[in-house]
Amino acid sequence: MLDHVPASGCDTRPILRERGQREVFCGLTGIVWMHRKIQDAFFLVVGSRTCAHLLQSAAGVMIFAEPRFATAILDERDLAGLADAQEELDRNVARLLERRPDIKLLFLVGSCPSEVIKLDLHRAAQRLDRRFNGVRVLNYSGSGIETTFTQGEDACLAALVPELPSTDSAQLVIVGALAEVVEDQWRRLYAAMGVTNLAFLPARRAGDMPAVGQGTRYLLAQPFLAETARLLDARGARHIPTLFPLGAEGTTAFLRAGAESMGVGAGRFAEATAAAEARARAALEGPRARLAGKRIFFFPDSQLEVPMARFLTRECGMEAVEIGTPYLHRAHLAAEMPLLPAAATLSEGQDVERQLDRCLAARPDLVVCGLGLANPLEAQGITTKWSIELVFTPVQGYDQAADLASLFARPFARRDMLRV
Amino acid sequence: MQLTLWTYEGPPHVGAMRVATGMEGLHYVLHAPQGDTYADLLFTMIERRSKRPPVTYTTFQARDLGGDTAELFKRALLDAAERFKPQAFIVGASCTAELIQDDPGGLAATAGLDVPVVPVELPSYSKKENWGAAETFYQLVRRFAVKAEQRPATCNVLGPTALGFRHRDDVKEVCGLLARLGITVNVVAPMGSTPADLTRLGEASFNVVLYPETAGTAASWMQRNLGQPFTKTVPIGVGATREFIAEVAALAGVDATALLAAEESRLPWYSRSVDSTYLTGKRVFIFGDATHAVAAARVAREELGFEVVGLGTYSREQAREVREAAKALGLEALITDDYLAVEQAIADAHPELVLGTQMERHTAKRLGVACAVISAPVHVQDFPARHSPQMGFEGANVIFDTWVHPLMMGLEEHLIGMFREDFEFNDQAPSHLGHKAAPAPPPVREAPPMVEAVAVLEAPVETRWAPDAEAELKKIPFFVRGKARRNTEAFARMTGVATITVETLYDAKAHYSR
Repeated sequence: MLDHVPASGCDTRPILRERGQREVFCGLTGIVWMHRKIQDAFFLVVGSRTCAHLLQSAAGVMIFAEPRFATAILDERDLAGLADAQEELDRNVARLLERRPDIKLLFLVGSCPSEVIKLDLHRAAQRLDRRFNGVRVLNYSGSGIETTFTQGEDACLAALVPELPSTDSAQLVIVGALAEVVEDQWRRLYAAMGVTNLAFLPARRAGDMPAVGQGTRYLLAQPFLAETARLLDARGARHIPTLFPLGAEGTTAFLRAGAESMGVGAGRFAEATAAAEARARAALEGPRARLAGKRIFFFPDSQLEVPMARFLTRECGMEAVEIGTPYLHRAHLAAEMPLLPAAATLSEGQDVERQLDRCLAARPDLVVCGLGLANPLEAQGITTKWSIELVFTPVQGYDQAADLASLFARPFARRDMLRV
Repeated sequence: MQLTLWTYEGPPHVGAMRVATGMEGLHYVLHAPQGDTYADLLFTMIERRSKRPPVTYTTFQARDLGGDTAELFKRALLDAAERFKPQAFIVGASCTAELIQDDPGGLAATAGLDVPVVPVELPSYSKKENWGAAETFYQLVRRFAVKAEQRPATCNVLGPTALGFRHRDDVKEVCGLLARLGITVNVVAPMGSTPADLTRLGEASFNVVLYPETAGTAASWMQRNLGQPFTKTVPIGVGATREFIAEVAALAGVDATALLAAEESRLPWYSRSVDSTYLTGKRVFIFGDATHAVAAARVAREELGFEVVGLGTYSREQAREVREAAKALGLEALITDDYLAVEQAIADAHPELVLGTQMERHTAKRLGVACAVISAPVHVQDFPARHSPQMGFEGANVIFDTWVHPLMMGLEEHLIGMFREDFEFNDQAPSHLGHKAAPAPPPVREAPPMVEAVAVLEAPVETRWAPDAEAELKKIPFFVRGKARRNTEAFARMTGVATITVETLYDAKAHYSR
């Protein structure tokens, strides 16, 4: 099933929509970075052995450092109704919190099995929240039937938004889990413009989450935060549409939109950012030399594909063959879409076999894909860049622009070096 | 519900994937929600396979649940048949699909395919990965294997799968031994075989079972239905390899004298050479799948001269064998799949070496104990490029090197016992591993255990260490210090000493040396 449908609004680019086997992670995978981002939060997945196995496989070696996540594995007794699910949850949570008294925020994370059997985790979270003083208990679903990969972060942040304290004072909030180094850089840049009423969601600790309300203007640092944005709007906050902060161009547009919303003039903005932007553009020269003219093909993964493609084509001189994304949020990508190369196919959703056929037929120079596809494509002589790394690496902002480009340049450098 | 930070095994459909991915010409259509494709990267990354696993997932989403998920499954099956043209299919459900009860087997039967379809029913909420692999292989053998005229001195080699610990090299090693005995290998399965190969299984006169965890069920069925006896000895270690050779020679009716007379492994001489004297009585804790744990206990005790102070497995299906092996060593076997219980048992036993899985590697690191990996689950470093079997004579060589390497080398161990105050060489880390002295490992948490299965420790009686005794204790090399501390405290309780002095420490030492 596929059809080319014209898009709505001013953007008339046709979009290839496909349904079939999807080779993507479920939203539970978001726990792998979210548990590090919020240092006193714990993520308890209610699911099956598959869920536990997925987290273990995705988290690689991290799991052994006494991770701040776990799985309550459902067994036959739970399914047969022999064990009261709510009582079982209470027992497990009590034991968990006894073991980890440092935890201030507990997420009960729904999975495919818990959603299918309609286990009411919302009610459980409310009850447990009352029972354990000093520990906030919230819930969201990271199930594969509802969420794809980074949408797990969206669901997690969306669970936080209704809980945030209220404020009507003017402030700028940057939304999306970012590397700490990136947050610190932007704090410095905004401070230089005189913007100090700046906050990040999520904060690094449960007790430091920002307040929101009528005076809040927010920037989305990540393209996959549809539900979080919707709930922020419901709290009276206003979204500032702009590019995502990838590359020099994206970062400038992003920071400028935030600065303008806080009343910073163009001169003062340029003064604060010109040096960093120039530094970013200069640093991009190295990787650009390797990337210019190379054809790139994106398999869907994180929703970062559209802004990544915009950055690689406009700032690194690459040509995009196909830009696949698991989900296309038109409103949030409104500034990005007109900047995409006209020749590129834009695809939403996936039938992995057909997409592989298209990929092999196009023989691109570089394929961005998940770990299930990377080695098989390499074995067929196609250079790949595995996509998950783009979520686990500091890539936003001026001083990471060259790092981001280098991630794509490295496979080419390696190809050139190897003589075996 | 069982609270789990770490799982020793995946769900049973991962076991089915291991069989399908190990084979050729077999395709697996798995009814599963979006996201379950994560399992592909176990094969493409950890095992570094250069092909995608032969698995089509239906990857249904929430919006499909309102519609016809059965139709979705059928379409995936027909698409896979058209695209991959396999000799046969296996079909089944993952844990979530099990809940929506679409009956993949029944749907496949009505799909009108012209290739055999084998349904595999795997109860996801009570069984695990190895059981899933064994059940899948058993269903395939039942479907394809037929009684045939048996060729003399011919065997099948059963059990190796994708993602198996050292299966690639074990097969090479064992097939080499069989060839030198003049025994013909008919089919190796599941790994490397096709459904067509499985139809020829009956032509062998007996079966060699390398991994009871994955091939035990199928081998029992073949014994009953095809009249093929199967081997009971797993050839890990020199002694077990010799017994295995004698066993297959008897089954094949060939003479093994020449092969047994040629000393094939270097382990016996390495283990008898004087440099190995200091290995005597080293305390070792062993945990893994049943086959590897039992084999390791024998090698540790009889071939390296270690003292086995703990033995356990996460394989409940093979718990009996492990209990027997533990009993023979005067131990109570630890049968659990809760890694926290294993961690506690290791901490309590104060071993100098841990032989375990990927998980025990990390527990040992936390406790500052030397460790080597002997069993799945393992990570990417245990799928090495070099030939590194565990089985046969070369396997024994690999085992000697792997298990001895993490221990402090003999001379250094002596010097550290002699001179305690060296600024460079201290007892935190063996210098041949190239690390600077590590900071002391954190103590094991005295946190409440996460499962009731953990034995409740006896309440500690208050014994205090006098500062000079504590200082004296630090002069005991680190790898036996834990045991010395525990013995001294036990001795103090026994004799009613409230404050442990230097004298108490040496009294205890003398008491336990008797």
